[in-house]
Amino acid sequence: MLIVENLHASVDGTDILKGLSLTVNPGEVHAIMGPNGSGKSTLGHVLAGRPGYTVTAGSATFLGQNLLDLETEERARLGLFLAFQYPVEIPGVSNMEFLKAAVDAQREQRGEKPIDAVTFMKNARENCKAVDLDPAFLKRGVNEGFSGGEKKRNELLQMLLLQPRLGILDETDSGLDIDALQVVARGVNSMRSADRAFVMVTHYQRLLDFIEPDFVHVLAGGRIVRSGDKSLALELEARGYAWLEDEVA
Amino acid sequence: MSQENIDHAISREYSAGFVSNIESDTLPPGLDEDVIRFISTQKKEPEWLLEWRLEAYRGWQNMAEPGWAHVHYPPIDLNGVSFYSSPKSMKDGPKSLDEVDPDLLAMYEKLGIPLHEQEMLAGVAVDAVFDSVSVATTFRGKLADAGVIFCPISEAVHSHPELVRKYLGTVVPRKDNYYAALNSAVFSDGSFVYIPKGVRCPMELSTYFRINEAKTGQFERTLIIADEGSHVSYLEGCTAPMRDDNQLHAAVVELVALDGAQIKYSTVQNWYPGDAKGRGGIYNFVTKRGVAHRDSKISWTQVETGSAVTWKYPSCILRGDNSVGEFYSVALTNNFQQADTGTKMIHLGKNTRSTIISKGISAGQSSNAYRGLVRMSPKATGARNYTQCDSLLIGDRCAAHTFPYIESRNPSAVVEHEATTSKVSDDQLYLCQQRGLNAEKAVSMIVNGFCKEVFKELPMEFAVEAGKLLEVSLEGSVG
Ligand SMILES: Nc1ncnc2c1ncn2[C@@H]1O[C@H](COP(=O)(O)OP(=O)(O)OP(=O)(O)O)[C@@H](O)[C@H]1O
Ligand SMILES: [Mg+2]
Repeated sequence: MLIVENLHASVDGTDILKGLSLTVNPGEVHAIMGPNGSGKSTLGHVLAGRPGYTVTAGSATFLGQNLLDLETEERARLGLFLAFQYPVEIPGVSNMEFLKAAVDAQREQRGEKPIDAVTFMKNARENCKAVDLDPAFLKRGVNEGFSGGEKKRNELLQMLLLQPRLGILDETDSGLDIDALQVVARGVNSMRSADRAFVMVTHYQRLLDFIEPDFVHVLAGGRIVRSGDKSLALELEARGYAWLEDEVA
Repeated sequence: MSQENIDHAISREYSAGFVSNIESDTLPPGLDEDVIRFISTQKKEPEWLLEWRLEAYRGWQNMAEPGWAHVHYPPIDLNGVSFYSSPKSMKDGPKSLDEVDPDLLAMYEKLGIPLHEQEMLAGVAVDAVFDSVSVATTFRGKLADAGVIFCPISEAVHSHPELVRKYLGTVVPRKDNYYAALNSAVFSDGSFVYIPKGVRCPMELSTYFRINEAKTGQFERTLIIADEGSHVSYLEGCTAPMRDDNQLHAAVVELVALDGAQIKYSTVQNWYPGDAKGRGGIYNFVTKRGVAHRDSKISWTQVETGSAVTWKYPSCILRGDNSVGEFYSVALTNNFQQADTGTKMIHLGKNTRSTIISKGISAGQSSNAYRGLVRMSPKATGARNYTQCDSLLIGDRCAAHTFPYIESRNPSAVVEHEATTSKVSDDQLYLCQQRGLNAEKAVSMIVNGFCKEVFKELPMEFAVEAGKLLEVSLEGSVG
């Protein structure tokens, strides 16, 4: 589904990703761990096509298409979803309007008409319940004045409504209380299916107790330096990253 | 009958109107007293109105174009302007839509304007079968039943001379300013509205006018009188860009709200703004003002997206005690457009209240200025004003300016002013694009959100159109 080979990328002239390779097949859940500043969020942004991020070498294909040739919104419409580590606010635009526009954009891609307002509202309310957000949040500005945890749930809400093929979750578990963590886990688990995959960036083993990954990778210095199964996460929990960084150096 | 059907029917009648037009002379360019006499004679005006025009002209001669607005344009050569050319022959216009500027057509398409109306707006001479059951006539009948007078001001001069004579120039005096004086001297036509005591006008005065307006020309003059306790909502303009060869537009609008009356005046202005390089486009210099008597209310709502240069300050003179003035404005400038717009709230009576909500959006290399005056006179005990002035910048080559003037000469009066400037950030666009929206859709969604407070003041039908209009006007502002 996603094949990344020897990816090099820079931001504002600084090289951040330095030869990263990663293959994700349908149905799989990959966890990416790694020290602060190692390039985890950068990977997500490069795949999503954030302006200002330049790919200098390597390749990335998604569902058989050359990802790097596509516009940001085209990647999204293909089914690539990024839950942001730091969701931004859009004051004045209601969450509902925003979500409907996003859903309609996906439908347009499939040649479908915009979803009717009543059906959409029903879906939105149900999914609010699933992520334990009061439906009143639908009326507020996008992320406007949301608490850290509310913003994360709102990201999850968007993912549930958009039903992407590949969900990249950048520290969606950070800053969540233990109940919210379960909410996220439930949300992701409910979406797991044979034709959908997840890449979860996290710092905490505890998330992986709830969402069992097929693979765990360690990203350090802009590359994947170690891959393993879920036991790797336990090992990291016990030993930290220093030993790996030493090995790489 | 649906809106579309109404529009359709009216446009047919309107087109037919063209066919039956009698060609008449166009005056050579230039302005002097003879020109004014000619205009007045053509319109068969009474002697008093001719004198009124001449007096305005004499005043105008000693006036200079104002230079204080934050706009720049080459001097207008009034000697090159023809001050009388009506009714206009359609012979010189395009023969069919095939001859019309494709950009203009593309815009009509995006705004979803029916083909018939497109032809009318583009000035195509169409052969249409006259629809004898004219919607416009039906409207007129309904209005007449309510005692409402709604007709071209040139007609009102003959049918209701006492009203016209009593109120014309009482709100915007002939020598108020350079453009108002010019308008007073040469005004072509415009609307006249009178709502009798205690009457609620049975419909928005819009649809009919919307079509008719294309004829009113460059020096439009509108006079609306709401008698005691009456209500009226008036819609001016059209979301569709109009073809017009006249570069200078200098309109005057006067509103009189007598005791307890309410006037809601909404405008959507979308004159040709010039091309993406800043060539061409309409200069729009407008004087709009209302006088509010005791317990009355005047509410201005405007969505300004057109014209190359806009100079416009719909104002309220809150003369009577407890009178209310409101100004809700969205002004959008793109490419090389310039707008200097705002309002004046002159509080004269006790416990008068005013609200100003201004939303300026600048994109491209445009310049957008809010200029507002709030004056609390010594007698305006207990008066209150609230002003909120927000600017939104798209890109980094445009500019927004705010010039609030506050003069308070009554210690009990309260004036509140809030101003914000924000930018459509790259991160916001990225978030939207990551969710599958293209940049233009994202910008228009953000801009619509920004304007919400003003749009909700617009009559329903206009609010939807206004949103679409912003979207089209912003095209090319990102990416
Ligand atoms: N605009 C920029 N210019 C220069 N360096 C940048 C820029 N943006 C990000 N970086 C750097 O790129 C590196 C990788 O950042 P990234 O956000 O991908 O890290 P991360 O692995 O997600 O870290 P964290 O665990 O703290 O979220 C960091 O050292 C960061 O400072
Ligand atoms: Mg990060």
